[in-house]
Amino acid sequence: MSRPTDVDPATPDAELAVASQRTLVWRALRRHKLAMAGLVITCLLYLVAVFADFLSPYDPGDINADYAYAPPQQLHVVDTSDGWDWGLYVNGYEQTRDPETLAQTFRENPDEKIPVRLFARGPEYKLFGLISTDIHLLGPDDPDGPPMYLLGASRTGHDQLSRILHGTRISMSIGLVGLAMAFALGVVLGGASGYFGGKVDAVIQRVVEFFMSVPAIPLWLGLAAALPRDWGPLQRYLAITVILSIINWTDLARVVRGRFLALRGEDFVTAAYLDGISRRRIIGRHLLPSFSSHLIAAMTLSIPAMILAETSLSFLGLGLRPPTVSWGVLLSDVDVRALETAPWLLLPGLAVVTAVLAINFLGDGLRDAADPYQS
Amino acid sequence: MSRSDVLLDVQGLKTHFGTDDGVVRAVDGVDLSLARGRTTCLVGESGCGKSITARSILQLVDPPGRITAGHVWWHGDPDAAEPADLAALDPRGERMRAMRGADISMIFQEPMAAISPMYTVGEQLVEAIQLHLPLSRRDATDKAVRLLGRVGIPRPEQRMHAYSFQLSGGMCQRVMIAMALACEPSLLIADEPTTALDVTTQARILDLLAELQADTGMAMLFITHDLGVVAEIADDVAVMYLGQVVEEGSVTDVFDHPRHPYTQALIASVPRLGSRGGRTSRLAAIEGIVPHPLLRPAGCSFHPRCHAPVGDACQELPPELHAVDGGPAARCHWYDDAVRPEGRTLPVIPVAPTIAVTPPAPVPREEAAPVLEVRDLTVHYPVKRGLLNRTVGHVRAVDGVSLTIAPGETLGLVGESGCGKTTLGRAVVRALAPTSGQIRYHDDKGTVDLAALPDSALRAYRGQVRMIFQDPFSALNPRMTLLQLLAEPFRNPALRRDRIGSETEQRVADMLVRVGLRPEYMRRYPHAFSGGQRQRVNIARALITRPRLVVADEAVSALDVSVRAQILNLLADLRDEYDLTYLFISHDLSVVEHLCDRVAVMYLGRIVETTTTDRLFDTPRHPYTEALLSAVPVADPHRRGDRAAQLPDELPDPAAPPPGCAFHTRCPHVQAERCGTEVPQLRGIAPDHDVACHHAEALELRGVRNPISSPS
Amino acid sequence: MLTFVARRVALMIPTLVLISIVTFTIIQLPPGDFLTTYVTNLSAQGEQVDPAEVAALRARYGLDEPLPAQYLTWIWGIVSDGDFGRSFEWNRPVAEMISDRLPLTIVFMAATVVFTWIIAFPIGLYSAIRQYSITDYVATTIGFLGLAIPNFLLALALMWMGLNVFGQDSVGGLFSPEYRDAAWNLGKVLDLAGHLWVPMVVLGTAGTAGLIRILRANLLDELRKPYVTAARARGMPERRLLLRYPMRVALNPFVSTIGWVLPVLIGGEVIVSSVLSLETTGPLLLSSLQSQDMYLAGSIILLVSVMTVIGTLISDLLLAWLDPRIRHGMA
Repeated sequence: MSRPTDVDPATPDAELAVASQRTLVWRALRRHKLAMAGLVITCLLYLVAVFADFLSPYDPGDINADYAYAPPQQLHVVDTSDGWDWGLYVNGYEQTRDPETLAQTFRENPDEKIPVRLFARGPEYKLFGLISTDIHLLGPDDPDGPPMYLLGASRTGHDQLSRILHGTRISMSIGLVGLAMAFALGVVLGGASGYFGGKVDAVIQRVVEFFMSVPAIPLWLGLAAALPRDWGPLQRYLAITVILSIINWTDLARVVRGRFLALRGEDFVTAAYLDGISRRRIIGRHLLPSFSSHLIAAMTLSIPAMILAETSLSFLGLGLRPPTVSWGVLLSDVDVRALETAPWLLLPGLAVVTAVLAINFLGDGLRDAADPYQS
Repeated sequence: MSRSDVLLDVQGLKTHFGTDDGVVRAVDGVDLSLARGRTTCLVGESGCGKSITARSILQLVDPPGRITAGHVWWHGDPDAAEPADLAALDPRGERMRAMRGADISMIFQEPMAAISPMYTVGEQLVEAIQLHLPLSRRDATDKAVRLLGRVGIPRPEQRMHAYSFQLSGGMCQRVMIAMALACEPSLLIADEPTTALDVTTQARILDLLAELQADTGMAMLFITHDLGVVAEIADDVAVMYLGQVVEEGSVTDVFDHPRHPYTQALIASVPRLGSRGGRTSRLAAIEGIVPHPLLRPAGCSFHPRCHAPVGDACQELPPELHAVDGGPAARCHWYDDAVRPEGRTLPVIPVAPTIAVTPPAPVPREEAAPVLEVRDLTVHYPVKRGLLNRTVGHVRAVDGVSLTIAPGETLGLVGESGCGKTTLGRAVVRALAPTSGQIRYHDDKGTVDLAALPDSALRAYRGQVRMIFQDPFSALNPRMTLLQLLAEPFRNPALRRDRIGSETEQRVADMLVRVGLRPEYMRRYPHAFSGGQRQRVNIARALITRPRLVVADEAVSALDVSVRAQILNLLADLRDEYDLTYLFISHDLSVVEHLCDRVAVMYLGRIVETTTTDRLFDTPRHPYTEALLSAVPVADPHRRGDRAAQLPDELPDPAAPPPGCAFHTRCPHVQAERCGTEVPQLRGIAPDHDVACHHAEALELRGVRNPISSPS
Repeated sequence: MLTFVARRVALMIPTLVLISIVTFTIIQLPPGDFLTTYVTNLSAQGEQVDPAEVAALRARYGLDEPLPAQYLTWIWGIVSDGDFGRSFEWNRPVAEMISDRLPLTIVFMAATVVFTWIIAFPIGLYSAIRQYSITDYVATTIGFLGLAIPNFLLALALMWMGLNVFGQDSVGGLFSPEYRDAAWNLGKVLDLAGHLWVPMVVLGTAGTAGLIRILRANLLDELRKPYVTAARARGMPERRLLLRYPMRVALNPFVSTIGWVLPVLIGGEVIVSSVLSLETTGPLLLSSLQSQDMYLAGSIILLVSVMTVIGTLISDLLLAWLDPRIRHGMA
């Protein structure tokens, strides 16, 4: 019997020695500044999605035809009109109508002050679908007085801010729901392909290759166009997620299969097999944890594609439709002429770009951090 | 050596790498001079900075590595009055570029990866020639063909059109050598050029290099971790440890009178071919491991592992290089008169003699029933090709192997890579299902054919037949703690008698202590351990079920010299302690000689010779065994050049083995009769000595210990 | 090599069959068969429908037969005499309508692929050899943005800029009004070139961004390979070393672009062309989908899918021709 090797182990850091995979991935991710920024923004966006009712001053369906294409107002924090004082307010609009074209033009009226307050009362809603309340983060002091359009109004006088916030809910969730379906398909089929190999693998591979070789958008369009016209918003929403996941599962399936195949040949899997443990335990305890981090990275990276796809479909009028509010639906209001009068209608586009960038950064960071054991 | 003999003089070279965790001082003050026309070997374990030193000479260190201090004086230009300092040149500049390949060229460890797969080797060779020589394309092509022929490539005109991936590793290394020699450099830097190659290929490459050096008179800087190779090829030796040269001198001086404790320990920890290991001998392993580069010890960097530190000075003062009369110079306080206590000298580690005077009496094979009997085992893999991926043939990885292992015996299984020894080992533990044949396992309850058992029934034997893997890194699931890993075998439904609880934890703790690890490490993950420590964990995992038979597949091949000795000693100790039977698979014959009682030699899926270790090494009866034995470089410079004929060509395609004796295409003793037509069967030619050769009785073959073994 | 080609072509056939089945399914998805819709449409417009004509059409397309038989009739019509069915919205043969627009679509696509290459190649190359330089960061950022901005948003932005910044009056379309119905001549070609760049930029951005990222990553991988060090150790000049060795390998994605960018482009083309109202197949597909003119829509989907598959085939063959490892079945 030899005596213990008392020389230091390979890691200089004793804390690392007992660090689990999750700890190591988190450590690696924390070093990745862009990924951390992406993580923060993504979390914020999902928080917005959850609290959209509370954060938005109005109901996204509320319209006020008097204020079509009203431009964004500036939110004043300090009231200087009468000395210096704290006070939230926006200026009211002065409307003029072009006598020839009959087009409305708005101008901020510095003399008209519309007081604004935090936790203002507004339209009633159900927080988390449960708690009935009418408190909103920010809103005009007098809910029945003149309206507030911090990000401007649409052609029919919707509050653009409320619509973007509510759009976050649909656009960000469609990515997640679609992902969940793609995940189920991808993991089951990819796993079967990788684990069983042989004929099962060959058949599933052909199917995956087929889906990858078909141009996705025409296929989406075809499927989306074939949806019955009379379906309600919820049915449409589900149908669109299904369509998105039909296209997106292939990437996940490829990741899962590739990992499975690579891992099947790893010594530690053979070693586990030679320990005589059950097949289920080999898969559950040895194989799955080994690529869960890769899977999470791949999943994260496929959310942006879903968001973009939803946006494009809805923009073309083949995806979600009003009264459902998503970023794509909002953007479908935009054409070149509308841009002339109301460039703020492009703001949902900014939301799309922000979300896609943030999630991409996060996914890239996760992918780099996914295997903390590489030397 | 006199000044005029010096070709290259490295002084105080420092190459550092800035990393997130700190500055890694990979090369930290190397002094080294290379003499014209001589071969200098730079030797040391991995992580000592050998390769970085070599690359620093040509300024080939990739970022973030950077030469931060020192000089590389080049005396190779006869016209220049002053030597040129290569370390001061712009790495991307024209002068440096003109030196590379023309005055100093380099060959690498992975010959396959060092040649671009996108162009034929001919195109790359012609390009290399034209880079430095003003030759027309046609002349350069002619020269390329000549060079390929020169480095021993058969049919060079055709090989010009081959891609790297169509050639074997040995062939690729020859191509690399041809490219390196294209412009007749004064210095060839060879960075572990044979490490990735089989022992037989290695022998031929070493011979080629020695021959080319003798012809051209170039100097050679040869980097290796293998002391056998050093003894084989070096004129001078420089030993590196943690970024510094700790000892330098001529090869005979260094091997005969090593001065530095590290050199002494290195030499003592290598099992030497012909030294008769056997059950009584132990290797003098160096304690511990090479420390993490960021945790370099203060004072003499070797002092924590030194078997005999002088005293406090070792922990405080970095030693100077002390030249000693008539011997190598060593960087050690023992040779510093100011530090060394009066009248004391460094205690020397004894080295086992290379030739045993009297062979020990052969251990009689026990008459008890064998633990394992393999009968006509075959493992075939289909080869798929063509439009519909049809099976067009089979690779016969294991092709009718029979062998027996007696209780308590250690059977060595040797052969070149691709001979099927690993597949055989995996079939024995039933990591894969054999195509046909039997694996009969005997225990006190009776005999069972493991080859015929389904998964569920095999579980009952999983605890009795265990395996130790080659790669200590990939064999441990990095996501589980040692406790979880070592408790895993008890999850076996057939084994689980008790619930996994404190009792298991106690067993794990005991096992960890047995293999030389602290029990409190059981909460740690594998990434916290070095290669040697992980191999200890692997061994613990294999032995925790108290197995009877352990298959060790190249269990020490991935380890550094000093750690290898530790693990070999551990394996031997555990064998005695637990009464284990080993099937020890290795390509390294000196390790096999050290550890094994009997040896089976495999070639292209078949056993060609099996007998006791002593008989095999003394009197081999199969030409392949002879060739293998003679290819092993022995860590003793006095036995250089003492070898039989080399094997030509490389292993044939195992999907289409040659007819007759599979070895006849390479056999130096091939006879017109029978060899090419009739498959030789394994037959007993002496007690406990089976050979598969038609002419075993008639051949005069050389063993390791006696020059010629006559027919018995 | 011949086996390789044969194998690749053979693998393509099941994919094509699958595509046609999926397309047929899409055609069949909306309720009712096309003839019913056709008749309804005509009746709604107050036209008389000849029952004999309806019966003839019904027989021609085998509408009373089970679906598999209908599929066979449909696909046989396409394969044997290029009969893609009729567009009931336009009341014209689908084949005719598509052939009007397909050539321009192909020109547009090809121009975009070339544009993608020309932009992505130098940027990706520079980004890799000057890793972590300012240019690299800029290129990487642009790459990310290019992938994050939806096509149509970019199209809208460019149109808005065209109107407000450049004062152009007709940003949409591929021709100025005077050339729209003119016969082909040099002027018309130049006019096309003048109009093509906006849609090209819009459509090519995502592909360019992706290609830059791939080229950069591949090249960085290759630059770390031992053969690069080995070639440098032979005294290969840096520029030649870079262009001749790693570049050859890193170029593979460019060749395979045709394979993976084409589906992206074809999809993007539908959106971009619709926003910019180009006379290509994209807007036709969109309008036919919106009106559930399924024979027209399905035929376009079928055609672009087949184009993709053929593009992939070509890129695979090119790749094999370029890369000896693939040619010799090593990778």
